Amino acid sequence: MAAPLAAGTDPRALSWYEATARQRVAALADPGTFHEFLPPTERRMSPHLPLFDLPRAFDDGIVVGRARLDGKPVLVAAQEGRFMGGAFGEVHGAKLIGLLRAARDLRPAAVLILFDTGGVRLQEANAGETAIAEAMRAIAELRAAGVPVIGLIGGRAGAYGGGGLIAGTCSRLAVSEGGRISVSGPEVIETNRGAEEFDSRDRALVWRTMGGKHRRLIGGADAFAADTVAAFRAAALDLIGRAPAFDLATLEAEQARLEARIARFGDCRDATEIWARMGVNDPDAVPAMTTASFDETVARVAEAHHDAR
Amino acid sequence: MTDWRSEARLRDERIAAGRAYADGKVVPATRAVALLEAVLRPGDRVCLEGDNQKQADCLARALAACDPGMVHDLHMVQSGIVLPEHLDVFETGIARRLDYSYSGPQGGRIARMLYGGQIALGAVHTYLELFARYFMDLTPNVALIAGVSADREGNLYTGPNTEDTPTVVEATAFKNGVVIAQVNEIVERVPRVDIPGDRIDFVVAADKPFYVEPLFTRDPAAMTETQVLMAMMAIKGIYAEYGIRRLNHGIGFGTAAIELLLPTYGERLGLKGRIATHWALNPHPTLIPAIESGWVQQVHCFGSEVGMDRYIRERPDVFFTGRDGSLRSNRAFCQTAGLYACDLFIGSTLQIDLAGHSSTVTRDRVAGFGGAPNMGSDPHGRRHPSDTWMKAGHEAQGVGDPMLMRGRKLVVQLVETFGDKLVPTFVERLDALELARKTGLELAPVMIYGDDVTHIVTEEGIANLLLCRDADEREQAIRGVAGYTEIGRGRDRAKVEELRARGIVRRPEDLGIEPLDADRALLAAKSIKDLVHWSGGLYEPPAKFRNW
Amino acid sequence: MESLTFRHTTEKPLGGTAPSAITGVVASGNLEILLERVLPPDACEVAIETPIAGYGPVWEAVVADFVARAQPGGLRISINDGGARPDTVSLRLLQGARLMEA
Repeated sequence: MAAPLAAGTDPRALSWYEATARQRVAALADPGTFHEFLPPTERRMSPHLPLFDLPRAFDDGIVVGRARLDGKPVLVAAQEGRFMGGAFGEVHGAKLIGLLRAARDLRPAAVLILFDTGGVRLQEANAGETAIAEAMRAIAELRAAGVPVIGLIGGRAGAYGGGGLIAGTCSRLAVSEGGRISVSGPEVIETNRGAEEFDSRDRALVWRTMGGKHRRLIGGADAFAADTVAAFRAAALDLIGRAPAFDLATLEAEQARLEARIARFGDCRDATEIWARMGVNDPDAVPAMTTASFDETVARVAEAHHDAR
Repeated sequence: MTDWRSEARLRDERIAAGRAYADGKVVPATRAVALLEAVLRPGDRVCLEGDNQKQADCLARALAACDPGMVHDLHMVQSGIVLPEHLDVFETGIARRLDYSYSGPQGGRIARMLYGGQIALGAVHTYLELFARYFMDLTPNVALIAGVSADREGNLYTGPNTEDTPTVVEATAFKNGVVIAQVNEIVERVPRVDIPGDRIDFVVAADKPFYVEPLFTRDPAAMTETQVLMAMMAIKGIYAEYGIRRLNHGIGFGTAAIELLLPTYGERLGLKGRIATHWALNPHPTLIPAIESGWVQQVHCFGSEVGMDRYIRERPDVFFTGRDGSLRSNRAFCQTAGLYACDLFIGSTLQIDLAGHSSTVTRDRVAGFGGAPNMGSDPHGRRHPSDTWMKAGHEAQGVGDPMLMRGRKLVVQLVETFGDKLVPTFVERLDALELARKTGLELAPVMIYGDDVTHIVTEEGIANLLLCRDADEREQAIRGVAGYTEIGRGRDRAKVEELRARGIVRRPEDLGIEPLDADRALLAAKSIKDLVHWSGGLYEPPAKFRNW
Repeated sequence: MESLTFRHTTEKPLGGTAPSAITGVVASGNLEILLERVLPPDACEVAIETPIAGYGPVWEAVVADFVARAQPGGLRISINDGGARPDTVSLRLLQGARLMEA
């Protein structure tokens, strides 16, 4: 299936944030190796959206298939953040789960999930919630079978709601500056707890709390990528190589890490306080840092380098 | 015996009454209401500084809190109706009559109040017209202005958002008026004296810094391929063709896209140094790449823009700055520059009819005029020639002695054929006519008249109205670029093809532009973050534009 | 949702060998177009699903102009519209045709 790349540039220099799901997959994979499962021509669309007079997408907002990454066989799922905010519906969720279950039989070098989602589609809430749960179970079973699941997060919708939960079950996560990872979204927090607690219009606050740089520093993500397909590709290859074993030792180490984290930072009121406690030299400068400076900062922070997940 | 000093005497009385609440000239914010009640008289003409960006919000709140028994039936003369308090004063009877220019943010409410009779409207003006009347028949008795800081003598620093203040103070202070300024802080010494203290009667130390709205920031991430295509057509079909050096861009995504295409598409066409060198423009963040790439010699600004201060300080060869280093803007002079010293205005609008009249008015909203008609009109008082002006003049002229010809300023409407919610831009009859009828206006509020418009650029092509010889040609030229709107589909196809053969209607292909090449990759910056990088970290975008 | 279908006869088939292509995203102001080379070489069918009713004549005009310009014989074109403006529709159709010609 032919799909357009950005005109006239090196495909891997493409901005991850700007790109569509199809553009990300096409540029991420070794050229010409991506083969799509249930492509748009199959027309597996949402059975629910027409009831709401909402337009459907031929792929229900997620592209799944197999490819090669530096010669290694991988399975890939990429969410389209611009279609219904990348939210999970029945078919969307089923495609992801089907891919994860197929991976148990196919045993690729890894499964890559390109998250770009606000969570569950309200119009398909029950199916969406079920899909989240089944995806988490499928990931656990896949990891137990020895296949790493790597999450790549850098789109405009981030990885929120059920997407954030699924990301939490992955072996490793790579995130870019524009990416965000959380469960409750900023507006939900403000509605429930008031603007004094969290002003959702303060975008700098939103990114300090849920954005890629904070997640990398506090150990919520394992690699930080510049906003290009090339950077995410390099991060994915690196993370596949150092995915942890999925065993009791890993889970106990993760529990210990999280307990230590909340003990150390639980009373902080803002991420800049956390970064200061981590020993970051100039916490206020973190959001404006270039990728290179940020990488240097991360290298000196202990919390960012643990093996547990 | 004629009393030649009654106004002057009244001024002295007002000031004496106000002194009761002041320490020298300085008045705390808590006494602002009392100050106003002492200084104002019923029926006064009051200029409350509601500029396009800067708002004297502390004084606006104080005015709205005055006792209507003491302060009533004021005649408000102000540029902008922006804050809720600007209209609250009409509801309580503190104010009765209004002459103003721009009401974008309060467009719905002001329309209702005009219709409901709560406001006796003098007229809606352009900025320059209103400023002109400050010196004729709308001279303020009291001016309530906003500055950044003042010293105890009243010397005022108005900073990057100087905007209308010097004009307002000039008219008020020198015709027996009282000038009250709110400032963010009182200092030992102001960074520069924008308004000398002997023109300022009272200084109120405001409870919080005056509010400035970011109006001119457009996020490149939101720009569409259509906007890129139209920008390409404007640059190749108009800027290059007429050699536009001196220009003003109206506010909007369309013009911001042009700014972002200069260092890329403009560069490819070899136009650097030949076009877009001198600007009457607010400091648009989207102009940063063109400035950094060496396109821009000079920019004069109407006001400032949130986040641009540090960048401007580091580019004093380009911007007008004081000895203190910060921007010095001036709306009156920039409007004049846009009127007389620019060869092109290009901007957007909401509706265009078959004569080329355009309006931003809808049935329920009155936005006023602001400065667009000053920019978007052909100034008959102009005498100095330029290549652009002469070329356009030749195109319009047709017959007659060429030595008695007038040149023409290019006035370009840059519009997509359909706007938000698929509402067509091109219409048979402007909504402005309906609004005028409903609210009792003498004339329909037309932003730019058809006989001033020289070109219309849509995604379908460029219509050159200068070359049209009669109303019928003009109508078909407009239909010829009106795309798939009802107006566009109603075109006389044969006639439009004839106009195309004469170069009156040009499609992208006629300009050598392939629509499929209109790609966001051509934008010199594709995000706000990119603009920050272009500026070397000097541009500090307002919070709502960040995603980091 | 409104469904529209337009059938045209073309003078020639669209060049190229790609069996199918997809372009665009279903989002506000945008649309998704799926092109499949499955019809006889002089036939073109365009099927549209749109949440904005009442613009039938506009779709008809846009499609007719596209067919006249691109001569997309052999193509079945299916559109999921998110409320795009006509010029965006034209652009995506031309983008799709170009992908199929590759």
